[in-house]
Amino acid sequence: MKLARTRGGVHPEYHKKPTSALPVESLPLPQMLYLPLQQHVGTTAVPVVKVGEYVRKGQMIASAEGHLSAHIHAPTSGKIKFIADFTAPHPSGLPTLTIQLEPDGLDIADDELPDRDPFALSSREISSIVSEAGIVGMGGAAFPSAVKLDQGSKGQIHTLIINGSECEPYLTCDDRLMQEHADGIVDGARIMMHALNAPCARIAIEGNKPEAIATMKAAASSWDNIAVVPMPVCYPMGSAKQMIQFITGKEVPAGGRSAELGVLVHNVATTFAVHQALRTGRPLISRLVTVGGGAIRSPRNFHVLLGTLVSDLIESSGGLKESPARLLSGGPMMGQIMPHAHVPIVKNTSGIIALIGSELQKDDTRPCIRCGRCVSVCPAGLLPLQMAARIRVDDVDGAAKIGLTDCISCGSCSYVCPSNIPLVHYFTFAKGELSSRREQQRQNDHIRGLTESRSKRLAEQKRAKAEELAKKKARSNNSKETVN
Amino acid sequence: MTMVWTTWIILGGMASAIGVALSLAGLLLRPEEDALTIRIESLLPQTQCAQCGYPGCRPYAQAIAQGDAPVNRCPPGGQALIEQLAGMLGLEVQTLDPHYGEEPSVPQRAQINESRCIGCALCLKACPVDAIIGAPRFMHTVIADQCTGCALCIAPCPVDCISLHADETPRWQWPLPQLAKLRSVP
Repeated sequence: MKLARTRGGVHPEYHKKPTSALPVESLPLPQMLYLPLQQHVGTTAVPVVKVGEYVRKGQMIASAEGHLSAHIHAPTSGKIKFIADFTAPHPSGLPTLTIQLEPDGLDIADDELPDRDPFALSSREISSIVSEAGIVGMGGAAFPSAVKLDQGSKGQIHTLIINGSECEPYLTCDDRLMQEHADGIVDGARIMMHALNAPCARIAIEGNKPEAIATMKAAASSWDNIAVVPMPVCYPMGSAKQMIQFITGKEVPAGGRSAELGVLVHNVATTFAVHQALRTGRPLISRLVTVGGGAIRSPRNFHVLLGTLVSDLIESSGGLKESPARLLSGGPMMGQIMPHAHVPIVKNTSGIIALIGSELQKDDTRPCIRCGRCVSVCPAGLLPLQMAARIRVDDVDGAAKIGLTDCISCGSCSYVCPSNIPLVHYFTFAKGELSSRREQQRQNDHIRGLTESRSKRLAEQKRAKAEELAKKKARSNNSKETVN
Repeated sequence: MTMVWTTWIILGGMASAIGVALSLAGLLLRPEEDALTIRIESLLPQTQCAQCGYPGCRPYAQAIAQGDAPVNRCPPGGQALIEQLAGMLGLEVQTLDPHYGEEPSVPQRAQINESRCIGCALCLKACPVDAIIGAPRFMHTVIADQCTGCALCIAPCPVDCISLHADETPRWQWPLPQLAKLRSVP
């Protein structure tokens, strides 16, 4: 197979060794689980349980609202303690509506294995089971997977790519999943190929995971149309756009979707969740999480129930060696800074990384020397220094004109900048600004519509009244004439 | 002599042909009259508060487009709006005319004290965006998402049960990184 070259990229230190060889461990049941109603892209889910209600493991506790949303299920059996605001696992630290579940320790589930053959089901049935299971993209984007499968079934998908590249430093949860559940992942991939009617699938894994490549190759060997593609070790190879370009040689157009190229990318963890939902009827209630970073005493991958507090997870992993300088959800390149450790693990938390001072980049920002290194590493082919210069003088539109919306926020530019300029922070700021302007515009248009319909209605009422009056007059004139 | 006539015919013909063509073009290719109004209106904050002295955002946009009103009369839009409008129309940037009100620091929303509402339905008629639900002798309430905080419902209320409150929906945006500090060269 001919593989294409991709642009840019960086080679950070991977720090994967300490955790990639250790088997996944389970955690003791936490005292309390915190399940935010917003764990996905789209509309917030709506609670369908009451405070004080007893729920079984796997029971739906919040239902998807609208098309782009996802169900949330109880990770274990227990009582609903509160439905109240709780800190979101997001840098803002804003409160978000959260269901608090107190486990009863019995872990009672409705053990009814569905008696079905996934390959006898139609595309629609498969995507509805995926949506019932509340599955979202577990690589980080948290996009509802059923919606993606539906999009794919509309167009012609010729290649399904299973993303196991895991290019973020420190993270090894996908690596461990591939080593321990290769057959399940291949089965999930086959089910999705069936749903999409896709003739072939490629499992993309970065070359720094030889064990995972070997186990996945062995698992996929019985199927001719599934191949494992070792990828070059380069960050951000795991980005969908870069991966599609590398495997198919085609570049996703600016503002376009990968489905337009006939390609769909799903993360390995998502693929495994699809396998579980279809074969065992198990909804998405737990995931693998890497606990790592210099501040962690014994870094390892854990099988974590959704809703477990980060503090509980760190505690049960063996605790901290020293107090972390920064606590991240996700990897150090694209991960998000957590406000504190009292936030829950959600569907797209791939890792909890507690970094110490020496692992962080220096923050003594100096002026840009226009060396152009950010330009040569940008995988999207943009000019980060020029975009940042525009954003600095409040010209967000100018930055958007030269490609801000194509930025994938990979952070390669910030990583190589010799002046330690937080380039990607400028871009996240500007993207936030653009989206809030768009939202404002949408609101204004809505209100303008309201005023227009009101003035139309008032004019109509006025006309009706005048007509009524004219009729009355005519009638009274008539009656007068008859009297006369 | 024929030469003179030919000249007259040619010139006359040309003149009338061009005249007809121009008048047709004038009829067919007429610029959309309110294109400018629409562009101006899209910048206005759509509060419909009438603080500018016009009955709504649309009429004010029309007045600006016709050159009847200056651009510094919209308190909800504030200085940012004045700069945008001045930039678009090639005018000098002025400050907000204090005669028409002050720029609010946070967006406002009307709130009805429902225990005091007598269901008179007067505020319903005053609301320019139909953001109040209710019927005569039934309690009214404000649809918070639609309320623009124009304050037009406050005056008609006979029992003073409507008040404005700052919009307290928590908002958060990624902050702009601190500007690079220049290091002094030794």
